[in-house]
Amino acid sequence: MSTLSERILGAAAGDYVDAEVDRAYVHDGTGVLTLEAWKEMGCPGPAHPERLYILFDHIVPANNSTTATLQKELREFARSRGIHFSDIGGGVCHQIMGEGEVLPGEIVVGADSHSCTLGAFGAFATGVGATDMAAVWASGTTWFRVPETIAVRLSGSFNSAVEAKDLALTVVSKLGMDGASYRALEYIGEGTKSLSMEGRLTMTNLATEAGAKTGLFYADDVTRAYLLQFGHRVENQVPEPCTYACEVRIDLGDLVPVVAPPPRVDSARPVASLEGLPLDQVFVGTCTNGRFEDLQRFASIVRDKKVIVRTIVIPSSAGVLRKAADTGVLSTIVASGCTIGTPGCGPCLGAHMGVIGEGEVCLSTANRNFTNRMGIGGSVYLASVATAAASALKGVLTVPEVNHAP
Amino acid sequence: MHLEGNVVCLGADIDTDVIIAGRYLRTKDRQVWVEHVFEDLDPSLGARLRGSVLVAGRNFGCGSSREQAAVALKEAGLIAVIAPSFSRIFFRNAINVGLPVVEGECHCASGDHVVIDLDEGVVICGGARTPVRPLSARMQEILRAGGLVPLWRSKKQ
Repeated sequence: MSTLSERILGAAAGDYVDAEVDRAYVHDGTGVLTLEAWKEMGCPGPAHPERLYILFDHIVPANNSTTATLQKELREFARSRGIHFSDIGGGVCHQIMGEGEVLPGEIVVGADSHSCTLGAFGAFATGVGATDMAAVWASGTTWFRVPETIAVRLSGSFNSAVEAKDLALTVVSKLGMDGASYRALEYIGEGTKSLSMEGRLTMTNLATEAGAKTGLFYADDVTRAYLLQFGHRVENQVPEPCTYACEVRIDLGDLVPVVAPPPRVDSARPVASLEGLPLDQVFVGTCTNGRFEDLQRFASIVRDKKVIVRTIVIPSSAGVLRKAADTGVLSTIVASGCTIGTPGCGPCLGAHMGVIGEGEVCLSTANRNFTNRMGIGGSVYLASVATAAASALKGVLTVPEVNHAP
Repeated sequence: MHLEGNVVCLGADIDTDVIIAGRYLRTKDRQVWVEHVFEDLDPSLGARLRGSVLVAGRNFGCGSSREQAAVALKEAGLIAVIAPSFSRIFFRNAINVGLPVVEGECHCASGDHVVIDLDEGVVICGGARTPVRPLSARMQEILRAGGLVPLWRSKKQ
């Protein structure tokens, strides 16, 4: 009997396998090095362009002529080889792949550490480097060591002020930054049923912050309903008895809003313990928390109020932006005094669009708070969308009270 | 494969953002990464990497998948990295760019001389021989070729 990773990879934990890759994607950052390595390999191809994606998200629109020229080369390559391509403003690669591209049971690699996000669909999805990706372009295959799996068994349901991000940060703090190294995380138990597809994507997004190779949910009715929006009819994946390396149990009802102070992602503590921390910037977005539900939740809290600290909101894709515009969520956010950025990664990696200054503090819904990550001498605190919204209204770190109904 | 050099010690959870910061990634010029390697951790560290062996704490190379981190260390002249554990993407990247990474404990101090015997799977420092986790045959093949790109090129010929 197998874990989901073992089932998808077709081998037992510890085995090495060579696997056909169903989908492989790069962004404008890693794509440049992938293309260089692929050219140096001197292979014809790519082997299966229909399985490949080049998705611009890291520095969009280009911030200077060096970036623009690197993007020009990659854009022309994608178009000339029949590779799926998303230009500036299309959105974050992981979000685009999660809008009806990745399906349960697939093997997916992305040249970005947060590619584990797509495991939310019951796929085996993991990050690789540029040279590994070049070999995938060349051959359509790659190798894996089949991971052992840690079960995260969920029960209960969230209190109103708590959301998937609080759970994700709590899981990382329980495991530690390398607590799941070389292993997969499987989220199981009754508590998974109450998690929306978008919440699950937030959960699997942070799997890599505990060192995990990927994080997986079994495809269920929630997955099926979500993928049906995109015209896909998929089967549920039924868990079978299997051997886990260990098990972490969490009652969702026990959770409180948490914040992860820098410079470690496994540092989660109750927001209440740091309440009042002065903020210079609030940032809502990224592959962690820039989806429609996130924007909707943010809007529900700031509706008819004004943020009193500079606040940047970046939808994670053009689709999210369009839906936010169609539903009035966007106008609520703009009316509250927030600045809207181009769908993409925004300032998360400290390259542009909201880099913070020396000594400044940013409360961010992203997934990394490493030293200097969002700007030299700046500090990044990680929290949920509700905490970001409540804090933006006060200008200091604030415990969100309740989840206002959307 | 036999490697040796003087030890430079680092702590645990060294992330790829501090190896090479995001602000230096938008280029193909490897020299840029060499110039700024470890800039946010210790600006003097980069100049001490040539001919050295990094001995780090657990979870070396965590965070971003940026291959520039492994390339920067390799191009800066680093001989190898020894750590009790590595972030898995960094580990693969290092092998793929031809930078030997050794999973194991090495009890030594900065300035010590360390010898790594990858074939035998041991690290020797101050007369003490410590076994390390052997690399798979595939990883050893990639390292011997100098990286995955040279290996592919050699297979084509």
